[in-house]
Amino acid sequence: MKPPSVFLGLLLLLLLGVLLALSVGKFSLSVPEVVQALLRQGSENAQTVVWNVRLPRILAAIVVGAALAAAGVAYQGMFRNPLVAPDILGAAAGAGFGASLAILLSLPILLIQGLAFVGGMLAVGLVYFMAQAVRRHDPVLVLVLTGVAVGTLFSSGTSLIKVLADPSVQLPSITFWLMGGLNGVTSKELPLLTGLVGLGLIPLILLRWRINLLSLPDEEAASLGVHVGRLRLVLIVAATLMTSAAVAVTGIIGWVGLVVPHAARLLVGPELSRLLPVAMVLGGLFLLVADTLARTAALIEIPLGILTAAVGVPVFLALLMRGGRS
Amino acid sequence: MMPMRRRTFLAFLAALPFLKGGAKAQSNRLTRLFGPPLRSPIRRIFVAGPPSAVMAYVLTPERMLGWPTQLSAPAREFVLPVVRDLPVFGRLVGSSATVSVETLLSLKPDLILDVGTVDATYLSSAERISQQTGIPYALVDGRLTESVQQLLELGELLGVQERAQRLAAYARASLAEAARFRAGGRRPRVYLARTATGLETGLEGSINVEVIEVAGGANVAAAAGRGGLTRVSFEQLLSWQPDIILTQDAQFFQLTQTDPLWGRLRAVQNKQVYLLPSLPFGWLDGPPGVNRLIGLRWLVRRLNAGAEPIDWRAETRLFYRLFYGQEPSAAQLEVILKTL
Repeated sequence: MKPPSVFLGLLLLLLLGVLLALSVGKFSLSVPEVVQALLRQGSENAQTVVWNVRLPRILAAIVVGAALAAAGVAYQGMFRNPLVAPDILGAAAGAGFGASLAILLSLPILLIQGLAFVGGMLAVGLVYFMAQAVRRHDPVLVLVLTGVAVGTLFSSGTSLIKVLADPSVQLPSITFWLMGGLNGVTSKELPLLTGLVGLGLIPLILLRWRINLLSLPDEEAASLGVHVGRLRLVLIVAATLMTSAAVAVTGIIGWVGLVVPHAARLLVGPELSRLLPVAMVLGGLFLLVADTLARTAALIEIPLGILTAAVGVPVFLALLMRGGRS
Repeated sequence: MMPMRRRTFLAFLAALPFLKGGAKAQSNRLTRLFGPPLRSPIRRIFVAGPPSAVMAYVLTPERMLGWPTQLSAPAREFVLPVVRDLPVFGRLVGSSATVSVETLLSLKPDLILDVGTVDATYLSSAERISQQTGIPYALVDGRLTESVQQLLELGELLGVQERAQRLAAYARASLAEAARFRAGGRRPRVYLARTATGLETGLEGSINVEVIEVAGGANVAAAAGRGGLTRVSFEQLLSWQPDIILTQDAQFFQLTQTDPLWGRLRAVQNKQVYLLPSLPFGWLDGPPGVNRLIGLRWLVRRLNAGAEPIDWRAETRLFYRLFYGQEPSAAQLEVILKTL
């Protein structure tokens, strides 16, 4: 299949997914009722469910899935490694720490999200500046190792908070947050989330040709006129912005940023201007399907992080085996 | 046939300790003692977790060695000075246990007190810890409905029968009242909103909603099954349409007062959202201990139109003096009763 038709096909699937997701849920509404509600007719509760609960949640799932996939594409290109996920530099660990701290302090939702975002940015910022201070080794390796170290430090901080938290009140909330979920998303979060993700996306689009050149060794890329260090910084800022914004709203959701770019690369190859849109649509579709399952498959809400892992891990292993054979 | 037989056998096994105990089982039916025999007087009590801390505090505050979790700054003001600055040791058992055997040994407690869930996990860890440390370990079934017996048995064990009896009398009255109203009438549908989003709740049978069930309310989340805590979506709430929403989270309470989405719920429209006090210990939960007895009294009145009204300022003063050893000041009362 040609890349444009892959993209259009996925877009069509995503549209179908949205329609399906709109018409299922815990509040029982028939398809005609959903259509009516979409036209701002019918019962007020139906309108509330469709416009204020399902639609924001569906859009958030798509934006977050797309953001995590885009961040994954950026990192996998930058680190020249297909096994890299957007949280490799500690964004998720930092966000988890920020959110846990906010829950421990009984802060309002906006501050829980705010601290999660700041925590993600802060963790990656720390990693970057510490890695800059190391001069004797391969910069990419240093970044990854510093990321692992700082991520572990923030995770330990989260564990400490869990120990300090009230076990019947705060601890379960922290645990739920760390497992991810879109159940609390409202239309209030969407503009800022979309804005931040869009902001992170701009450099990826503008610099797409240079990012392609990062697949070459540093010296060769530099000889082609790419300022490798600066480009790397821009990519880290962009990917971290997207990851932190996404995770702040949803809690920690793994595997999307790792598996989706991988699958997209199999579909359309590694060239960024083709890979990025396909990965983003695929990421949105993946998280939309996962979240729709999360809210409908059982009587309770299944934590989203559990579902993305349950789907992501087998896909990942399948890709790995396929890769090994060819 | 096989599973039936196995079940009968398990039931027999479960009954064994009671059969063996004979006459003694009656007076100590909630308390399981592990380790060496108790030497009275018991002067130093190590509490295993938050409900145990409340129990030890209401019975013998001066014998507590420390707290399992940090008391918040406002909560400190509600407890006696003698326990305000006790060290925080963390929890002894459960998922995030932080107390080491060495800490325990160095504290030289006369008793480890653990009030809460009694199941195979807790039984085996109580046995292991008491064996390892040589410290007597009392594991007490912490269900709300057993509050009277818990207080009496521990009063006996700790040698503070008189105090225990006064507290048990309150517990008995509170539980009897709940039982009376539970027996008849419509069960109002209650939603327990947890966390700042309000979209976390307890399923049927979870310890976090125990007080609602005992007070005769129907937990709307029971529709989603039995178990522990869960997250829910607003859509579920819209279809459940609870009569009453209870919370201990001030942030969430604020949200219901301002957010138009929450305004879609009948309970919010009818002003049936209540922020219950959480100082020094929660009225509904946090921890699930005898601190819930006043919450139970309040909830019984909220759920049953027939119950005679109470002056909540007086009742709160009474409960806090009786259980926590000091009356809240007028300003403190104002803070905790503002949203009831």
